[in-house]
Amino acid sequence: MESVWHGGASPYSIGSKKLGMWLFIISDALTFSALLMVYTYLRLSNPNWPKPFIFSPSIIFSSIMTFCLLSSSLTMVMAVHAMNHGNRKSTVRWILATIAGGLAFVILHASEWRHLILDEHVTPFHNEWNVPLFGGTFFTLTGLHMTHVVIGVIYLGIIAFAVGRGKFKAEDVEVSGLYWHFVDLVWMFIFPLVYLMSAKV
Amino acid sequence: MSEHTEQVEHIPGATTQSFVYVWVALLVMTGVEVLLAYEQVPTLIMLTSLLGLSIIKAALIIAYFMHLKFERLSLFLTLFPMLVLCIILMLVFMPDSMRALYMRGQ
Repeated sequence: MESVWHGGASPYSIGSKKLGMWLFIISDALTFSALLMVYTYLRLSNPNWPKPFIFSPSIIFSSIMTFCLLSSSLTMVMAVHAMNHGNRKSTVRWILATIAGGLAFVILHASEWRHLILDEHVTPFHNEWNVPLFGGTFFTLTGLHMTHVVIGVIYLGIIAFAVGRGKFKAEDVEVSGLYWHFVDLVWMFIFPLVYLMSAKV
Repeated sequence: MSEHTEQVEHIPGATTQSFVYVWVALLVMTGVEVLLAYEQVPTLIMLTSLLGLSIIKAALIIAYFMHLKFERLSLFLTLFPMLVLCIILMLVFMPDSMRALYMRGQ
């Protein structure tokens, strides 16, 4: 039996890496919920809050982004599953598919930002609807989420590289999967509250 | 030996098939949300159903994708009641946003 300090005997019967990631996820969830609360608060207190997301193309565009992120979560589950069965080659392939989904999300999101900044003239401190707080909260919230996706892509890249070279155990892949699913989960709240609530047909 | 340490015991319910079902369920719920936005339902119904669906989606992701359903209950009880309580505490500020609106006379 392993010693307590190696995670062998724990009340949760999980390794210390996994517990550490769970604790990080809970604290990060509080950060994102605070930002969503700020967004909602300011939206409620500003009667002329803009609705800049026209159903076609903006909402359809962000729905495709949601699809990319959701599907990358499925491929990540498959990667963890393959690694649990000791199949390193297929693990690397599934992680690469996950990275592709994440990159697609980032590229689509960046082009959406570009459209908002260049065509709609929304910046963090100014926009044409005279509600500067919209830009401030929108870019903070989605920017922090996009940062998480970018960090996740780098994280998964390192994991895929090391797994391909025969390093790391199944637990390490599973811990990176926890992070990736969390990023997906946060988007499941940003997408309805920020995009769908401000949709215009 | 090293071959053996990479194997973990099989957990009933955590199969590839069930993960695909969860993914389909998540996609369907997202589709319903987008449909609600397209139909432009009244704000209160919209917000309630969007939040309800999002919480169900979050629960599915946490339970199946993040594997929490197959962990010990003590892990769930350590992590989540605190999170839910903190989020509820944040809601304490919400009535204040409406008060500012009424003071402006709108």
